[in-house]
Amino acid sequence: MKSAVIVFPASNCDRDAKTALTQMTGKAPAMVWHQDSELPDVDLVVLPGGFSYGDYLRCGAMASQSAVMKSVKAHADKGGMVLGICNGFQVLTESHLLPGALMRNAALKFVCKPVGLEVNETQSAFTRGYENGQRVTFPVAHGEGSYFADEETLDRLEGENRVAFRYAKGENPNGSARNIAGILSEKRNVLGLMPHPERVVDDVLGGTDGRALFQSLIENLS
Amino acid sequence: MTKITPEMVREHGLSEAEYVRILELMGREPSFVELGIFSVMWSEHCSYKSTRAHLKKLPTKAPWVIQGPGENAGVIDIGDGDAAIFKMESHNHPSFIEPYQGAATGVGGIMRDVFTMGARPIAMMNALRFGEPSHPKTRHLVSGVVSGIGGYGNCMGVPTVGGEVNFHKSYNGNILVNAMCVGLARQDKIFLSAAKGAGNPVVYIGSKTGRDGIHGATMASAEFDDASEEKRPTVQVGDPFTEKLLLEACLELMATDAIIAIQDMGAAGLTSSSAEMGDKGGSGIELDLDKVPQRETNMTAYEMMLSESQERMLAVLKPGREAQAEAIFKKWELDFAVIGITTDTSRLVVKHKGQVVADMPITALSDEAPVYERPYTERAPMAGEPTFDKKKNVLSSLTTILASPDMASRRWVWEQYDHTVMADTVQVPGGDAAVVRIHGTSKALAITTDVSPRYCRPDPFEGGKQAVAEAWRNLTAVGATPLAVTDNLNYGNPQKPEIMWEIVAGIDGIGAACRALDFPVIGGNCSLYNETNGEGILPTPAIGGVGLMKDVSKMASVAFKRSGDVIILIGETKGHLGQSIYLREIEGKEEGAAPKVDLGIEKKNGDFVRKLIEAGRVDTVHDVSDGGLLVAIAEMAMPRGIGANVGVAALPDAIPFWFGEDQARYVIAAPFAEAEKIVEEARAAFITVAELGKTGGDRLILDDKSSAGIASLKEGFENWFPNFMSGEEIPVTN
Repeated sequence: MKSAVIVFPASNCDRDAKTALTQMTGKAPAMVWHQDSELPDVDLVVLPGGFSYGDYLRCGAMASQSAVMKSVKAHADKGGMVLGICNGFQVLTESHLLPGALMRNAALKFVCKPVGLEVNETQSAFTRGYENGQRVTFPVAHGEGSYFADEETLDRLEGENRVAFRYAKGENPNGSARNIAGILSEKRNVLGLMPHPERVVDDVLGGTDGRALFQSLIENLS
Repeated sequence: MTKITPEMVREHGLSEAEYVRILELMGREPSFVELGIFSVMWSEHCSYKSTRAHLKKLPTKAPWVIQGPGENAGVIDIGDGDAAIFKMESHNHPSFIEPYQGAATGVGGIMRDVFTMGARPIAMMNALRFGEPSHPKTRHLVSGVVSGIGGYGNCMGVPTVGGEVNFHKSYNGNILVNAMCVGLARQDKIFLSAAKGAGNPVVYIGSKTGRDGIHGATMASAEFDDASEEKRPTVQVGDPFTEKLLLEACLELMATDAIIAIQDMGAAGLTSSSAEMGDKGGSGIELDLDKVPQRETNMTAYEMMLSESQERMLAVLKPGREAQAEAIFKKWELDFAVIGITTDTSRLVVKHKGQVVADMPITALSDEAPVYERPYTERAPMAGEPTFDKKKNVLSSLTTILASPDMASRRWVWEQYDHTVMADTVQVPGGDAAVVRIHGTSKALAITTDVSPRYCRPDPFEGGKQAVAEAWRNLTAVGATPLAVTDNLNYGNPQKPEIMWEIVAGIDGIGAACRALDFPVIGGNCSLYNETNGEGILPTPAIGGVGLMKDVSKMASVAFKRSGDVIILIGETKGHLGQSIYLREIEGKEEGAAPKVDLGIEKKNGDFVRKLIEAGRVDTVHDVSDGGLLVAIAEMAMPRGIGANVGVAALPDAIPFWFGEDQARYVIAAPFAEAEKIVEEARAAFITVAELGKTGGDRLILDDKSSAGIASLKEGFENWFPNFMSGEEIPVTN
């Protein structure tokens, strides 16, 4: 699998994404600077966590207007895979590659901790390596991760089985609507999620539940 | 030219004698800009004039020390060509006045100290001290400081992996915010601040200069009074986004060979960075302030020289490399300007609008700065055995202590810090020491910050020793070899002889422990004048310790991991209750002698425990410190809800045994066969050892008789902080 990681000026999980992708695919991803308007020929584009342009305004709002996002949109339109983690998820909603918005956490505080998730949908390139309903633990680390969309959109997401990950009962760290942690695009080739699968691919760091996500992507292509 | 009046001198925090000295050094009356420059460079904060003579006594050398005190941060060799670069620094006064920005810029400042030396920051710690929980400002300050630290560190993408939080009434009007940064560099890529050679371009990089933070260093060198909150405009505003850009741009520039010297603009901004670089390089520096990128219009030379605007650096480049450097900073959308040149005059010359506004010998700002041997009055350490009610129930006291302000879980705090970004945090906050893997290797650094201020008022010397010993013990308890410390000495007004003695004795105690434990001091910071309306804080010499683990897979942690493990206590228990948490929380007394640390036994016990961990024989270890033995055992039981049955035959006095704070002790849990061997080996080595019982069940059982459910202990332990912060509970006054 060939992959690329987009680097915004204050991305700060770009190296983590690179490390996880290198470990899982055996190949280092291309690191693409936000001012580059061309993407290399890749299967997967990762929008990493961080603070893109400082995020003093709405998180991801400025990043959605960056030069590279035009190419990311084109990549997604062609059916290429896009994974947005944390700030990457925020950039995806701001870019309208995914519906809804990420609002400030209900407790109005940044929160970093491992949270229990349920894999809600395994019919996607990102999640087929999991069992339906499987409980996994990924860390979250965000101040604005409360997923919001109007009722109609939420119904539609659920009706089309596009809620890939939900916070398990009692685990919702941010007040997300319907415990939504991660959603798929209509064509199911774009996944955005607040929790960090790339931080749980190494046993010494306290878990490997994120591996199956990357493994799913690799197997999907072979 | 402005005529300098005695009022101006006083307003600049300079004494009459100091002003006379300035006249001698200058050979004329200083200009207003020069007066401002002297004022900040001779401030306690920048000059260490009260402590310098005593700090010289600290041990600073070891074969693994690459750079000791005197640079932006200290550097140690961690093998394979790698270096760890670290320092701790206070931002106390600004954080009390404006907690969010004060704490945030404290984090930003210490990160710059580390990356200006060529290191990528890999971990942050912080040591925080607040007033008593019932004080009306405490919640506001805790909330602001914690979100300020998180707001800056989280955006930078550097994990904040631990620290400490204490509450005590002595901090009611003067909180302490000490932040520590640990970075990683290659040993052949370390950058220093010596601006060697004449004719080299001096470049300004980072944010534009504004009027914020003017005279911050002077503010940090004065006592507080009720009007201090009016000083809010002197607190700088942090911009972590720009700092992130500055970090990446600096590291990119450092990958070339264009830099001769580089230094961050911290306290006293452009003034101290230029003076220090010139001083260390033995050169002069000429600045043209018209070239300085400015955020506001009509700034005067005085304002520009004293501004503490954040996220700025000064560098000296090799001639002809300006364009290469500029391209990098343009890429990161940062300001870049050549604002001066190095000279061979050893003078700091500042020009503004075609006029020379300052022209002074650099040594007047460094070597010639005043050093005071301030008088001090010794007082005998507090002594005596405190009295206590021997009939109090041990387990209900334990329940109370675990849910007390200083002992309850700090989860509420550290969950607001991104502690897993960079994907190398092997031990998260809540253990004895944080452990961060060196990226791409199986090596790791262990990091801790420690001091028990309640020991330091009754016995400043033993308190200083104990702070170092506890840091050493915490690193040992995870299996790391302690290598070096940074110290952050927070004290009251050094012009009071009784406070000066606390400082001198504290430094002596730190020195004694560092020497005995082979644990040199490689840098640090002094924060004096921590007083409000004449009331000093508890002496608080915070120690930041760093240790190395060669194989992170062998790391030990606090949590009981299996049922049926034998619980072993290493070290002697005499039952020292003086100044203990028990005495304060249960008896409401701060009395008696502080515990003494026998450094020889400390080393012997610690080396024994570390070898067991390194050999992979033991994975469950906790040092015994605040709260004593039973608290340590409860802290081991709570993480995974595995209980224990513990007791000692023929116990003379249960309370001092379970809650005494004797030093140099560790609790270990190991499977039976291994435990038997450990006990035997300890005895053979003349190390005091005792078997206390076994792990298992979901209760903490004492002497097969009384018991407490782990879940209920944990509930109190976990709930105190969130309840306090949400205002649901009237806190206990300590």
